[in-house]
Amino acid sequence: MSEKIPVTVLTGYLGAGKTTLLNRILSEDHGHKFAVIVNEFGEIGIDNDLIVGADEEVFEMNNGCICCTVRGDLIRIIEGLMRRKGKFDAIIVETTGLADPAPVAQTFFVDQDVQDQARLDAVVTVADAKWLADRLRDAPEAKNQIAFADVIILNKMDLVTPEELREVEARIRAINPYAKLHKTSRCAVPLDAVLGRNAFDLDRILEIEPSFLEVDDHDHHGHDHGHDHGLKHYHDEEMQSFSFLIDGEVDPARFMPWINLIVQREGPSILRSKGILAFKGEDKRFVFQGVHMILDGDLQREWRADEKRVSKIVFIGRNLKEDDLRSGFMACAANPAQ
Amino acid sequence: MQPEFDEVYDTSLVGAVSQFNAGAQVVAAGFLANKPVLALADGNILLVEPNQRIAAHPDGAILLCHIDDQRVVTGGDDGRVVVTRADASTLEIGHEKGRWIDALSVRNDGAIAWSAGKHVRARDSKGAVKSHEAPSSVRGLGFLPKGYRLAMSHYNGVSLWFPNTVGAPDVLKWPGSHLDLTISPDGQFCVTAMQENALHGWRISDKKDMRMTGYPGKTRSFSFSHDGQWLATSGADACVVWPFQTKDGPMGKPPRECGVRPHKVSQVAFHPEAPVIAIGYEDGWILLCRLADGAELLVRAGLGEGEELSPRNRPSVSALAWDKTGHKLLFGLETGEAGILTLG
Repeated sequence: MSEKIPVTVLTGYLGAGKTTLLNRILSEDHGHKFAVIVNEFGEIGIDNDLIVGADEEVFEMNNGCICCTVRGDLIRIIEGLMRRKGKFDAIIVETTGLADPAPVAQTFFVDQDVQDQARLDAVVTVADAKWLADRLRDAPEAKNQIAFADVIILNKMDLVTPEELREVEARIRAINPYAKLHKTSRCAVPLDAVLGRNAFDLDRILEIEPSFLEVDDHDHHGHDHGHDHGLKHYHDEEMQSFSFLIDGEVDPARFMPWINLIVQREGPSILRSKGILAFKGEDKRFVFQGVHMILDGDLQREWRADEKRVSKIVFIGRNLKEDDLRSGFMACAANPAQ
Repeated sequence: MQPEFDEVYDTSLVGAVSQFNAGAQVVAAGFLANKPVLALADGNILLVEPNQRIAAHPDGAILLCHIDDQRVVTGGDDGRVVVTRADASTLEIGHEKGRWIDALSVRNDGAIAWSAGKHVRARDSKGAVKSHEAPSSVRGLGFLPKGYRLAMSHYNGVSLWFPNTVGAPDVLKWPGSHLDLTISPDGQFCVTAMQENALHGWRISDKKDMRMTGYPGKTRSFSFSHDGQWLATSGADACVVWPFQTKDGPMGKPPRECGVRPHKVSQVAFHPEAPVIAIGYEDGWILLCRLADGAELLVRAGLGEGEELSPRNRPSVSALAWDKTGHKLLFGLETGEAGILTLG
């Protein structure tokens, strides 16, 4: 579909198993040739021909948008990698344990030269089943990485009891119910769980149901598949996700200014946003997604006859004003009487 | 009524172009001892006449290259800085292990500066190397014409460093990420291309700021006219040319535009003697433009009507260079296509 080089971003707190996952990806027989961008040449060697060291230089853009930051080193590296065009067909970016994934993601939306050549495939976060709950308490970076993820690899499950595993899963879901979650040991996940996700492709945002309603992995024992996997419901004090539904159409003349205002005003606290909307008088679905203040949206395929024309949006962020967001969105309904 | 872009040009020069394939993406073009030379992404230097390939970076890609009459200086993703001579000899003058060379500048006297991340090195014509650590990664380097002084662009500004003195560099400040850098021939002005699709300039004597905005894309190529009166730039659907005739530079003056086409300019090169600019576009077209009246002559036709640019079909002009007298124009594309225009 796209000729652009797919880029997978690997995040995860120190010691969660990023390098293990990276080596696992590289050592499998997949027929891909990767360019790997690492932040520090760690003690564990990485077995790949094309490895580049990055500096994690986060730059603010002078565009009046305070949270609009990019990774300057990544722009430079991707430009340089194009000198080796044809020698690789995918890029993996490993970030340091303390890195914020947002500038990495924003780089792919803000820099035109990068956008011409490469596309962000997914943000994959590796989490340590034993220690994640502690890190969520004391390390804001760990929370950011979970909130930002499209795919979460909950690693080292062999080191915890089933109860502890459920506990940490519930903690993750309290922050990000939308990511694909894979529970594993030694990062033993199938490659297609990590690569080729197209998570930032508007055409792939088909549904925005919480992912735990779907059957992720078959590592449960079957009996508790269903409504909520028997998960406890936690509420994270700081980081939340909210979804709002209008059971009908939205007036684009009200919605577009509102969503633009919201991301301008609340952008620093909104990590990710997504929506599928039925615009009044429009046969096609409007799909959008955002990272902080950056929005990307387009009319997608037509609504099918068997689909209900409803409008739904999701925000994941820090200290979000739920009531404001809800009332603002509800006021965009094409038929407020509904 | 005229069509918006008629793309009908005077083609009288097309017959004076000999085209060839360089075999790999062209990074830079120039004339070494009056003979055409291309630096290629696959690590080779190509001496065009006679056809000879020199493996300056056998295991790497050439990221940066400077070509003058005496030498070809290349910086690679193998971390090496290599000087290649007309006799095909190569000499490694720097090796930043495990890093990429990010910026490169060469002075007339043979002094060479390069950077890898924050680390900047200046090697004078006698071979003495001095090092400096910049506040952040350095993306552009330029020697000032007078004195042994080096300008380096980085996040939030440019540092001016005397490699032979101990004192801290003088800093030209402007918030944001500064990429490539150029110095006017008289040494009065320093101009950087920024991440935000704009140029920023300083009058070095009093650090007065100049903002040059309005580009739809990043400027990655700039060229001062031989007399220093004009600065031609890439990054828009025309070559944007800023006036530098007065001591105020382009402040308060609009730029000229020439070679307007429906595609972005990727390379610019001012003729060494006349107010004429060679302009290369991202769709493989090359024009010569006369600054005085905007007259355009076709050098090379690229993608035709209905052929779309895509990541796999991107015949961007990546190198343009005039010989000393301005009788020959050497060009190269990202596709490896190349050619020489010989003017009568």
